[in-house]
Amino acid sequence: MVPQNLRYTREHEWLRLEADGTVTLGITDHAQDALGDVVYVDLPDVGASFSANDALGAVESVKAASDVFVPVDAEVLEVNELLKDEPAIVNEDCYGKGWFVRLKLARVEDLNALFDAAAYEAFLADA
Amino acid sequence: MKQTPFYALHQSLGAKFVDFGGWSLPVQFTGIAAEHAAVRSRAGLFDVSHMGELEVRGPQALSALDAVVTNDLSVLVDGQACYTAMCYPDGGIVDDLVIYRFAQDHFLICCNASNCAKDFDWLSEQITTASLQNVSDQYAQLALQGIESPKILQKLTQTPLEGIYSYHFALGQVAGVQAIISRTGYTGEDGFELYVPWDEGPRVWEALMEASDGQLSPAGLGARDTLRLEMKFALYGNDIDATTTPLEAGLGWITKLNKKAFIGKEALAAQKAAGLKRRLVAFVMDGPAIPRHGYEIVDADGQAVGHVTSGTRSPSSNKSIGLAYVPEGQHAVGQKLNVRIRQRVETATIVKPPFVKTISSAPKKA
Repeated sequence: MVPQNLRYTREHEWLRLEADGTVTLGITDHAQDALGDVVYVDLPDVGASFSANDALGAVESVKAASDVFVPVDAEVLEVNELLKDEPAIVNEDCYGKGWFVRLKLARVEDLNALFDAAAYEAFLADA
Repeated sequence: MKQTPFYALHQSLGAKFVDFGGWSLPVQFTGIAAEHAAVRSRAGLFDVSHMGELEVRGPQALSALDAVVTNDLSVLVDGQACYTAMCYPDGGIVDDLVIYRFAQDHFLICCNASNCAKDFDWLSEQITTASLQNVSDQYAQLALQGIESPKILQKLTQTPLEGIYSYHFALGQVAGVQAIISRTGYTGEDGFELYVPWDEGPRVWEALMEASDGQLSPAGLGARDTLRLEMKFALYGNDIDATTTPLEAGLGWITKLNKKAFIGKEALAAQKAAGLKRRLVAFVMDGPAIPRHGYEIVDADGQAVGHVTSGTRSPSSNKSIGLAYVPEGQHAVGQKLNVRIRQRVETATIVKPPFVKTISSAPKKA
């Protein structure tokens, strides 16, 4: 079961629309499990702007580096500083304390084009 | 995808599998960091049955084999093994090998799984005075590595292990199974590689686990890679290949230019005489970013001057470490390097390998 209130991507990121209109992004449980022990998270600078499908950073386990993509046009408002010292939090709490960045989307309605929970579960089942 | 005889056992242990040169092998069981720590502090057990084994036999076996490898096989005695490279005429590396001498007319070559067919073809062309046979499907291979290895293994064999020195081997029974017991490994710690009949492998695995009183952890390819990298042991396809020579890779110690003719000798002697243009160095990142295979080493203007061949976060030191080819003259210990990691350029410092100290080592023959 994946959380119901989030949007998802084919690259296994999740996005959550917050009450203030900003959007939080992280990686899914499937992604953290596939990576194994996360030892480093490369986060973007606050204020950086990205176009849809750009890599905004990377998450690394001992064995591999994996790009983290942003599926929509967005600007970075905040990064999760906790990940710099405790990257393993991504394994422990990927939908909570292990979030990556808080974003301002160019168009919040772009979220509607992403997988909802049911579609992402179906995508995982097909993979 | 090819499976080793341990596949079902790995599945039952909850392994995550990865495609490694056409073999489905466990990349990890519980986690790379934990498995790595087990080998550095107690012991770990690896399934390395994918490794290839080639047998060379006949009265001319020694001279035939010695003419195709860089190390000097003429100094080996029965029951001794050596690490060597095998080169093309231009000095590029066909493969790196461990060669076991059973007798002057009988040698066993352990080669990389992904190179086994290529090695067999190459050796078939070069060796005309001895018989060559691919016996890879006869041997399951286990690597028992870590300070507790001798204690664990001795419970299962009558063969006195204190008599088997580093890069030596004996034939014996392990848990009632006929085995080549070799004091070798790819982790830097003391340990053994056990060659047993393919179908008997799982019996030996289970006996070792049971004999270990919980001191032995299953370990996967992920930990095998971080352990070897902390030692600066080369991995074919990453750090060495047909475009690199043993001299450039820091394997001069297994390249005996003063022995009789061998394939690649002239090119390697010429390269040495002319001076190397690049060298494989060990480096530690100054910050947390992790270098990876293929990343560029750049100069002050951002131009590529070399490349990273292997990199990881060292589970032992928690530093980001790597190996890279850099231009001659920029390879000294203490030299700063610039590594391009995605959009940024990060600094690193060349160090003297190994990256970490081991807590054990195979006993050396006096």
